Amino acid sequence: MRTLVVVGHGMVGHRLVEALRAEDIENSWRVVVLAEEPRPAYDRVALTSYVDGWDAQALTLSNSDYLGDEQVELRLNDPVARIDREARTVTTASGFAQPYDALVLATGSRPFVPPVPGHDLPGCFVYRTIEDLDAIREAVEKAKAVKRGRAAAMVIGGGLLGLEAAKALRDMGLSPHVVEMAPRLMPIQVDEGGGSLLRNLVTELDLTVHTGTSAEKIEPDGDRLLTKLTNGTELDLDLVVFSAGVRPRDELAREAGLDVGQRGGILVDLSCRTSDPDIYAVGECAAVEGRCYGLVAPGYTMAEIVAAQLLGKKGTFPGADMSTKLKLMGVDVASFGDAHAATEGALEVVLADAVSGYYKKLVVSPGGTLLGGVLVGDASSYNLLRPLVGRPLPAEPAAMLAPEGSGAAGVGVEALPDEAQICSCNAVTKGAITEAIVMQGCDSVAAVKGCTKAGTTCGSCVPMLSKLLDLCGVQQSKALCEHFAYSRQELFEIMKATRVASFGELIAKHGTGSGCAICKPAVASILATMDTIAGEGGHILDGEQATLQDTNDHFLANMQKNGTYSVVPRLPGGEITPEKLIVIGEVAKDFGLYTKITGGQRIDLFGATVDQLPLIWRRLVDAGFESGHAYGKALRTVKSCVGLTWCRYGVQDSVGMAVELELRYRGLRSPHKIKAGVSGCARECAEARGKDFGVIATEKGWNLYVGGNGGTMPRHADLLVSDVDSESLVRYIDRFLMFYVRTADRLQRTSSWIEELDGGLDHLREVIVEDKLGICDELDEAMVKHVENYADEWRGVLEDPEKLARFTSFVNAPGAPDPTISFRVEREQRVPVLLGVPEVVS
Amino acid sequence: MTVVDETTKTVPICEVGCLIPGRGVAALLPDGSQVAIFRTESDEFYALSNIDPFARAAVLSRGITGDAQGVPFVASPMLKQRFDLRTGSCLDDESVAVRTYPTRIVEGVVHICP
Repeated sequence: MRTLVVVGHGMVGHRLVEALRAEDIENSWRVVVLAEEPRPAYDRVALTSYVDGWDAQALTLSNSDYLGDEQVELRLNDPVARIDREARTVTTASGFAQPYDALVLATGSRPFVPPVPGHDLPGCFVYRTIEDLDAIREAVEKAKAVKRGRAAAMVIGGGLLGLEAAKALRDMGLSPHVVEMAPRLMPIQVDEGGGSLLRNLVTELDLTVHTGTSAEKIEPDGDRLLTKLTNGTELDLDLVVFSAGVRPRDELAREAGLDVGQRGGILVDLSCRTSDPDIYAVGECAAVEGRCYGLVAPGYTMAEIVAAQLLGKKGTFPGADMSTKLKLMGVDVASFGDAHAATEGALEVVLADAVSGYYKKLVVSPGGTLLGGVLVGDASSYNLLRPLVGRPLPAEPAAMLAPEGSGAAGVGVEALPDEAQICSCNAVTKGAITEAIVMQGCDSVAAVKGCTKAGTTCGSCVPMLSKLLDLCGVQQSKALCEHFAYSRQELFEIMKATRVASFGELIAKHGTGSGCAICKPAVASILATMDTIAGEGGHILDGEQATLQDTNDHFLANMQKNGTYSVVPRLPGGEITPEKLIVIGEVAKDFGLYTKITGGQRIDLFGATVDQLPLIWRRLVDAGFESGHAYGKALRTVKSCVGLTWCRYGVQDSVGMAVELELRYRGLRSPHKIKAGVSGCARECAEARGKDFGVIATEKGWNLYVGGNGGTMPRHADLLVSDVDSESLVRYIDRFLMFYVRTADRLQRTSSWIEELDGGLDHLREVIVEDKLGICDELDEAMVKHVENYADEWRGVLEDPEKLARFTSFVNAPGAPDPTISFRVEREQRVPVLLGVPEVVS
Repeated sequence: MTVVDETTKTVPICEVGCLIPGRGVAALLPDGSQVAIFRTESDEFYALSNIDPFARAAVLSRGITGDAQGVPFVASPMLKQRFDLRTGSCLDDESVAVRTYPTRIVEGVVHICP
């Protein structure tokens, strides 16, 4: 077995190991990764998002610790100090010597710090690692503490990285200055017109932009930094962040006598091999035929090429598409092809609208071939345009730029050639997608994603995948089940418009057959919402609705594995008096119920038979408890930390808010369960960002996060609005929930609902904050009706003899115990015993 | 209590009105076994063993009924396997079936033939 040594564990180094291990079935290589940083590779591209919660875990790349893979050894926190090519050994700073058969240098780059006098003073930072951000945060906190107000900061560099750093500072509550030497922001990507619109848009976001100038000197002034710009401006600052580009880290290679590029970088050929055939270089440190690439995608390509060669295959670097599309502080910026019209004879077509806030430019040849373009403020046509570079435009340039829905834009994915890349994240062409649809029978976006990987990274091409399915003549089924050809949302709209008020009528008019375990509960959920909107507030077990409910809803309890049920009374915000706690204890004791604390700050009582349920609930309701809806696709709990009232760190009354929210949304039926949390400070003890909606207290009010999830697909909730007062908070949650209830698919949690929303989180914000669809009044009113008409479901059963009569184990022997239910004792409590032999007849 | 009518060899269970169309009830037979009795929306009556062989629990009477291409079924409330109400065979695993019982309606009372 041979040994591969990888120097550096950034995103590209990790991709190399991953690519090699995926293909090296015979385990022909042992891999030793020697890393300088104290943690495994993480998503450095998303570094700025670290400010949003300060959770380094959220940046983790999957499997970057190689747990369970015996072939890979990862040594952190010990940089390689030298390479001995004669002995084919590398030695780390701590003196660890590692022989190699093949060596890959993936040392990345270092931030470029211009030699401004004072650049190394305390208070000056760079922006590249989690540790850099931690240091910046500490300085910001310190400055805030001293000044009891906003700290002042400056970012040197107004390119892509500089604006990322400015965003991070802004997310820390600062209004940073941005200094760019070029006459505009993002000079590499955008032209003068795009740059000036970009400047307007970011200025509105609280940035102060200084272009065409640079820092002349930085001088200490007590705790502060006095900075003078070459245009004469003087700034009194707490911190300075250098983010003015990067330089390849090629020093190890230089010392080892490997060739380097004229402008730095480890010189490699198109197969990523250095001047020593046993040594490769990949990523930002590599100069492929003299050129360095500062984007992750070309780095990934290099990693895959080297992995292939290590396994005896061939690989050549095909060059890289330096097109860029990104969202900076909510502003779309895209640049592709010859964005600056450098080609001889190139013509420019510009469509700019300062009022709507967009600037779009296409660069075309006199013959009408698309050469490149710049899009600022609205980059929705990027996916369509970029693949057309080098080809004749299928329509007039102006028509190609017209905003969607204006009628002028008549050009779509059908105009693209087969070799056009639809998914640039995963390099999937239109041809590959069409083949997956036609030859391999992919009949849904999910199937195309699974088969081609298109749309699985940033998701911006998903609408195009859907259009391609349509173009190939595939009817994408949104059918709920064989009985209804409609999605849940469509059924909702049908029932709302036609006022069909029963399942029987609905299936007779709009479906076929008699229904099933999929459509019946889905329609029951819609009917519950309809009742709410109509202000009727019926019971979910009224009349026909009772027959549609899953067993949990039918018996208002959670079925467990032996056919008994568990009971969860509502404890709003997880708060409970000793008296009520005693009642729960007594009920559990009297009925012999297994008792466990849930993850949602409630108490679950297990092992109740159908006929015991009303007896248990009689006692609970008399003591002032009500249904906790643990059985329903409905609001479950609003978890809270103890908050301002008791906690030394709390800044708002999180328990009070959690109780208010839980009481407001209790009983709300929805496409799936809804969980929530409220934390009283940024320490986030209520784990609110793992919930469908999470509220985190700030000094000024509340931050609202939506779409979080735990379970098998953990996802941190996204920030929807920040620093809002309690009234606005409740209003936005009202709308969020009602919009979800109306438009999500059956059994779709808020996390995947937001991910699949056309336009995602931004669209959601437009709908419920800016009222883009004009439906907020309707959503607000629906929630008011819900709150007015809420009634405890268990009380409703206890007060209705007809419903109560259904809680019988045997219709012909009421009161007879079920002989199949038995228990044994484990850790002093009763637990179920299953039937010995399954009854199966052949 | 449950008794067998010695002349008809059937067990009277309950009045037809005790069953809601689309839903089931459980009944206890004299030998201690249990049946799940269903009334469909088209007013047909079916009886199966109440025990879900996958979950090994007596729960089938508490499942949702429906049809799959016209085949009437009950879906177990436990893990949702569907059983043909007429034959007891599982629609999701053809190697599995549950016992069925003939039903008879006599003067508005549902009877089971054990």
